[in-house]
Amino acid sequence: MAPSSESTEVSVEVVLQGLVSGLLMGFVYALIAAGLSLIFGLMEIVNFAHGEFLMLAMFATFWAWALAKLDPLTSLPITVGLLFLLGFAVYHGLIRWILGAPMLAQIFATFGLAIFLRAAAQALWGVDFKLVKNPLVDGRLAVGGLFIGLPQLAASLGALAAFGFLYWFITRTETGLALQATAQDRQAASLMGIDTQRMFALGWGIGAACVGAAGALLAMFFYIFPDVGATFALLAYVTVALGGFGNVPATLAAGVVVGVVEVLAGLLIAPAFKYAVVFALYLVVVLWRPQGLFGRF
Amino acid sequence: MARGLRWACAAIALALLLAFPLVVTKPFPRHVMITIFLYAMLAQAWNLLAGYCGQISLGHAVFFGTGAYTSTLLLKHMGLSPWGGMLAGVVLAVLLSQCIGYPVFRLRGHYFAIATIAVGEIIGTLMINWDWAGGARGLFVPIKRPDAWLNFQFHEGKQNYYYIALALLVLALWITLRVERSRLGYYLRAIREDQEAAASLGIPVAAYKQRAMALSAGLTALGGTFYAQYILFIDPESVFPTALSILICLVAVLGGVGTLWGPLVGAAILIPLGEWTRISFGGSGKAVDLLVYGALIMVVSVVQPGGIMALAKRGRRRTG
Repeated sequence: MAPSSESTEVSVEVVLQGLVSGLLMGFVYALIAAGLSLIFGLMEIVNFAHGEFLMLAMFATFWAWALAKLDPLTSLPITVGLLFLLGFAVYHGLIRWILGAPMLAQIFATFGLAIFLRAAAQALWGVDFKLVKNPLVDGRLAVGGLFIGLPQLAASLGALAAFGFLYWFITRTETGLALQATAQDRQAASLMGIDTQRMFALGWGIGAACVGAAGALLAMFFYIFPDVGATFALLAYVTVALGGFGNVPATLAAGVVVGVVEVLAGLLIAPAFKYAVVFALYLVVVLWRPQGLFGRF
Repeated sequence: MARGLRWACAAIALALLLAFPLVVTKPFPRHVMITIFLYAMLAQAWNLLAGYCGQISLGHAVFFGTGAYTSTLLLKHMGLSPWGGMLAGVVLAVLLSQCIGYPVFRLRGHYFAIATIAVGEIIGTLMINWDWAGGARGLFVPIKRPDAWLNFQFHEGKQNYYYIALALLVLALWITLRVERSRLGYYLRAIREDQEAAASLGIPVAAYKQRAMALSAGLTALGGTFYAQYILFIDPESVFPTALSILICLVAVLGGVGTLWGPLVGAAILIPLGEWTRISFGGSGKAVDLLVYGALIMVVSVVQPGGIMALAKRGRRRTG
């Protein structure tokens, strides 16, 4: 991502480059966060295994490439489908049973799942870094003085498209509206004949499918290893809280903010501090607006 | 159980624990016991804030690391005895907790939990990049010989560490017991149950959250100094990670949050289990120990969200 800034002159070009790279990365962050936000909006549960879902999606993409010679973009629909099934299964196998449990129990159920999935990935595939070599989209584009990695560009456009599809789905289709109704008032929704259990399961499926798409796109240019989800998940929590829990469209703006701040902090301060700056920004924002930038209480 | 009988049981248990290192001289069982005491004590400190006051902090490693680094740096650069360093660590952790608490206590629920993770990650990053304090390489605690209580180092055996850890645990239990029965304890539980109602009854909510935070942070820092003197090496990866914050909560959650004995029960089960899975399945590089561990956490959350103490309470009610 951000180049090392040991002797980088801070010029307009560098800042511009940072803005563009941050913007591109921000769309991917937004897609990851959207899944988290959707699930939270439905049932007020934060999925602390979200990063592990992302990791599994990246491994799925890697194995599709390594075993079947499928490009990450070709295998993307398969990955999305697999992750949808995973989300669905996690809902029925775990989440359903803790819907009425205290918040602590809910936090730890998903934490336990995260530890389990990470350990499972390590047991099955080892801890070595893996990389998809020679993806279909490769190389970089030079526009003026700016360089744009083509995989990054493809990933951010893909993420934007997926985000648009998600937005269309929840605001324009009957099922999507049923999802929103369930998020607003569970009881009223079930009185209107909406099967809320089905909606919850669907929410987990869609939430995981978002990460599936993001994982497939990230796998084009990012290393793949069992712990890869941790950093992305932390950024996703911050993105969701920054946008306001449960507010899916706002995560797009928040994701871009996180992406741009991360890259600029890496360029202007030091690469080691880029995440610390993002977290500090989050703290400042929630102190000023405890419900997030666009949240409602 | 009658109250007198319960105290008699506690006294007998304490006597047995005091006698344990005299009977068992092998280092490993002693090490497991010391680890149980340390985590029970840390979980109890966390429990004061999260269990009694309902503020779920996922960044308590910050205070643990503060205790560990303060005493070690003071020993290394000024030759101060770790006991003095322990005190300094507590003071610093309490100050830090007030600075963190002032802003983050305005947040609730998940916002609060995620803010504490963010604080933990920021401070962890700062420590990794702070070269004077050892940076990512960490610090070796200067070795002092011969063994002496003043130096807080015992190279001949773990016996004295055992008694110090036990004393810390008893201190944490005693403080919790005092809090439970005091006005502070009632206020904290009122805040946990309904913050608005508590405020409307005239409880200064923010001030009392800060008090719970100060107590919790100070106790956690004690554990941090103990860890540094026991292991004799610290780095940000071992004393500041979010994983440690999570483990501390996990011990309390397994045992039962908001109860006096929950953290001890949780530690007595989770720590040996962790050691056992690590010895039986670890070392293969296959992380089977974590697999078992993760599965266990899920099962406990689903089957008994109130922790083992809730189970015990239910059993007692059934038998009359």
